[in-house]
Amino acid sequence: MPEQVQPPNKHVGRRTLRRENLALLTGKGEFVDDLPVKPGTLHAAILRSPHPHAEIVSIDCSALKMSGVHAVVTGKDLAERTDPMLVGFQNPIDYYGMATDRVRYMGEPVAAVAATNRYLAEDAVEAIKVEYRPLAAVVDPLQALAPDAPLLHPRADSNCVSTRHFIHGAPEEAFAQADHGATLTIRYPRNSITPMETYAVVAEAVAETGGFDVLSNFQGPFSLHSVMTRALRVRSNALRLRSPKNSGGSFGSKLTIFPYIVVLCVLAGKAKRPVKWIEDRLEHLSAASSAANRVTKIEAAYTEAGKITVLRLTHWDDNGAYLRAPMPAPLYRMHGVSTNGYDIRNLEVTNHVVVTNKCPSGAVRGFGGPQLYFAVERMMQKVASELGMDPLELVRRNLIRPEQFPYQAIAGALLDSGNYQRVIEEASAAGDLDRLKQRKQAALQAGKLYGVGYAACVEPSQSNMGYISTLKTGDERRRAGPKDGAVASVTVSVDATGSVNVVGDSVPQGQGHQTVLAQVVADQLGLAPDDIAVALDTDTAKDGWSLAAGNYSNRFSPASVSAAHLAAERVRKKMADIAATMLNAPAEDLRFENGKILAAHNPDNAVPFYRVGGLAHWSPSSLPEGMDPGIRETAMWSAPELTPTSAKDEINTSLAYGFGFDFCGVEIDPATGVVRIDQYATAHDCGTILNPGMAEGQIRGSWASGIGATFYEEFAYGEDGSFLSGTFADYLVPSACEVPEFQLVHPTPTPSPYTRLGAKGIAEGNQYTTPACIANAVADALGFEDVLLPLAPAKVLAWLQSSERPPAEGTAPAKAEEGKPRIGGSGEVQVSATPESVWDILLDPQQMAKIIPGCDRLEAVGDNRFRGDVMLGVGPIKGLFEVRLDLTDLDKPRSAKLVGSAAGPLGSSSGAGVFNLKPMEGFATLVEYSYSIQLSGKVAAVGGRLLHGAARQLIERFMAALARQAGGDAAAEVHSTWRALGRRLLALLGGAR
Amino acid sequence: MNLLESNIRHLVRFTLNGAQVEGYAEPRLLLTDFLRHELGATGTHVGCEHGVCGACTILLDGRAVRSCLMLAVQVEGAAIETIEGLAQEDGGFSPLQQAFHENFALQCGYCTPGILMSMTEYLRDNPNPTKKEVRVALSGNLCRCTGYHEIVNAILDAAKALREEDGASS
Repeated sequence: MPEQVQPPNKHVGRRTLRRENLALLTGKGEFVDDLPVKPGTLHAAILRSPHPHAEIVSIDCSALKMSGVHAVVTGKDLAERTDPMLVGFQNPIDYYGMATDRVRYMGEPVAAVAATNRYLAEDAVEAIKVEYRPLAAVVDPLQALAPDAPLLHPRADSNCVSTRHFIHGAPEEAFAQADHGATLTIRYPRNSITPMETYAVVAEAVAETGGFDVLSNFQGPFSLHSVMTRALRVRSNALRLRSPKNSGGSFGSKLTIFPYIVVLCVLAGKAKRPVKWIEDRLEHLSAASSAANRVTKIEAAYTEAGKITVLRLTHWDDNGAYLRAPMPAPLYRMHGVSTNGYDIRNLEVTNHVVVTNKCPSGAVRGFGGPQLYFAVERMMQKVASELGMDPLELVRRNLIRPEQFPYQAIAGALLDSGNYQRVIEEASAAGDLDRLKQRKQAALQAGKLYGVGYAACVEPSQSNMGYISTLKTGDERRRAGPKDGAVASVTVSVDATGSVNVVGDSVPQGQGHQTVLAQVVADQLGLAPDDIAVALDTDTAKDGWSLAAGNYSNRFSPASVSAAHLAAERVRKKMADIAATMLNAPAEDLRFENGKILAAHNPDNAVPFYRVGGLAHWSPSSLPEGMDPGIRETAMWSAPELTPTSAKDEINTSLAYGFGFDFCGVEIDPATGVVRIDQYATAHDCGTILNPGMAEGQIRGSWASGIGATFYEEFAYGEDGSFLSGTFADYLVPSACEVPEFQLVHPTPTPSPYTRLGAKGIAEGNQYTTPACIANAVADALGFEDVLLPLAPAKVLAWLQSSERPPAEGTAPAKAEEGKPRIGGSGEVQVSATPESVWDILLDPQQMAKIIPGCDRLEAVGDNRFRGDVMLGVGPIKGLFEVRLDLTDLDKPRSAKLVGSAAGPLGSSSGAGVFNLKPMEGFATLVEYSYSIQLSGKVAAVGGRLLHGAARQLIERFMAALARQAGGDAAAEVHSTWRALGRRLLALLGGAR
Repeated sequence: MNLLESNIRHLVRFTLNGAQVEGYAEPRLLLTDFLRHELGATGTHVGCEHGVCGACTILLDGRAVRSCLMLAVQVEGAAIETIEGLAQEDGGFSPLQQAFHENFALQCGYCTPGILMSMTEYLRDNPNPTKKEVRVALSGNLCRCTGYHEIVNAILDAAKALREEDGASS
């Protein structure tokens, strides 16, 4: 991004290098886990549910009397010592951050242990025995609404815990009068942007306040501080929340640390020592946070000329097992811009908030925008295609025109400024849209599968803290009182030697806020950015902060920068008043330049900046009459445009709205289904650019995670609720090879009139546009409508091979998810013994114990029923499982069915196998076997990849051992169908030996 | 192979960024935990603990390895290099660090130590890589903030600076 030419004393807009790098590039960053803790600090580990849905029958912690274990908490402690965590509306869900009577998703915390080190804590967690009674689970938001679906929360009468219906304009009439109509059903998947640093909390109970002191990488918003104090039953000022200098990215996910903070406080209270918890990657992927997956039925009506007159959006937002504040905010954060950047004056929206047996939802960069805009932008493509119109022409005809700003959208967003048509013109020229269209023609003539896609987005920044109230009815809102605004706080002070300190509430997650605030304050005070110290580690006991504090929803550029500008302006004004008395010049005629305060008309009449600062501290009596000593100004800034939800449910959801526009060409390989981006351009108007180096970094980072969401990232669940993507080998994140180059266009900016420097947010745009743009291109290339992310090649290939189908009806159950973790197979083994001898072994627990791999002892617990402890290892993980085996359908000595289960800290499995014993010549037996195993828990989450091989190996080892046990024949050979297949494959590849 | 008794801390000695260090570790203690919490070398970060993300990459006898997949006791006698040893003697940035700084090639900086160590090895073996080769070499390190573009540019800039430095000194 080009640097704007700036006068020498102006730093905003320059590509100032990041001061944060000095520590980060030398290994001196200060992340939570890098900081020293008090002597005696304990380390926590968390026991998590291996079941997607089950009643907790009992929890046995009796084995925890081991040395080094200091405390354990279970849901019972949470239910006794805390209150359920509140969300923004009355609802039938009691959420404590830990399961109390039931587990509702795989990975849900069941107990937490504090021990002298993490390794011991992990050992202790494995020694806790939990008995579960599994329940049926539901993972699809539409299936969850079926009358016979398992009900997650007994106090609810349905898995839909909130429904709100909104009418803006006259949608009914508009549909009735329309020339044409179109309907599309969208299913947006679950994903996140999985920061490289996981959750981290250090909690300590404080005796003198009865409260807690917590260090964590919580990102805010600090409105959740009161959710925590209400849950912990302490006064707000008794929960001191601190965050360190550095956080290893968040992208929204570090909002939902707060339930863990509550759990850790309870654990620390019980342990009577500080307790530290660092989340591991499996915990993060399975149980931290995910964007809500969503089904949206979108209907549009339009004129023959391509003017869209009305939209009807019906959302089923799948929030997983619980609602955690501010959920279901993503539905409401985007409510005001439900019509995106289009001049559509009729709108109907129905929001269904659904719970299912999956990880509770949370914030993800874009916060509701990806789901909404995917539906709207896919609809634009569909309407264009039905009208036989160029999709870009349709977009242009419907976009808000430049003269309409500020423009109040029909659902209430007050779009501050923009020139959307100009962005499209500039992007089309700089990104060479003409060339792209020619490439498409050439590709089609060459018989290739090639498509072009477009997507536009209005990019909201700085959330109105009142928008979530739109979830309530007008009556409920009146009773609760108004909620609006978004207070940002920055303090600028000048010390006794003239050094400037800045403290702010922006809780950076790596963006470079310190550098930008130094640029902003330096400009006001006539100093160099390097002269300004900026501390953004937060401490609720000392800092200025309000409930909007934190790092989310593009808050920094509009909010924190405005607050810093205002605070610095107040400092400047005070210092000018002091300097005026020293220089005998009117304060309004003074300039701040190069560390001096000088009279504009007589630059020689000057006083050093530091001397003016010093006077305020060293000689209060010299200050102008009535002036307070010292120089320290805290600005609490909120914009008046952030008004509460109107009686007609209109809400200005955010303060400043940028605009993004993307187009791309993709080519699809007909043999593999691989979608290759041939050309891609993206343009963002985010008003004033504060630091082009960082602004470009935000766009490029958002683009990469847009590529992730489009092609790779998905939290996959089996139909039975098993979580299947617990490693970075299963939850795929784009590496440098998967993120293509693209054309970044810098359109003419339209500064916001509502923020102090005209800046708007820029960090989220490609979360909105990239998935929709590429999906539109794929739809164009294939003539296929039901484009479902992520675009895995196998999926695309299936679309390619299918003829176009009508879109699924909005209320029809979605297709069952793929990837159920079931493992099966068959094989055979020759045993040098008679079928009768083999039969006897299979029914004798002592002999069976010898042949089951990892088994020491097996005991009979009934007729043909056995139990035992078995040590099993799969790839890198190994654990002790309690195995139960039942032999049924006995047909001595010919066949039997073996039904078994294994449960342990790594998860649980159940399965069945059938043996057929066939007599062979010479007192030998051919044992034919087949089996099918289902897995849940950690073992399912970390890799279907490993499990097939591991299960096969275990069964082969078992069969080989059976052969040895029966016939003493060490050379018994196991033929498994895979080995035979493997040999064939090797032969095919020319590798057979 | 020397079998170590579990539940007992064993003396481990090696050189860390050229200085002799020692400490005690149970056999099961990961090298990452040993570096960070026993020796206080917290510059090496832990991102996944299953060898995919690359954040914990260090150099072991000159080769890039995942320190989350090693036990502390395995590095007895080895020479280990981490991000703390990259800067020049006077504390100034090395060419690689400088290139990252100037290119805005980091944001949160959590993955950066692993990338710097992977690329330290890579550029030593491949002083003049193409952009595409850099992308492939970088693919073992995940970054979620930057989108890699500036990282690739930084590595190319660093390669150039290192070649010039080499040319000047030879």
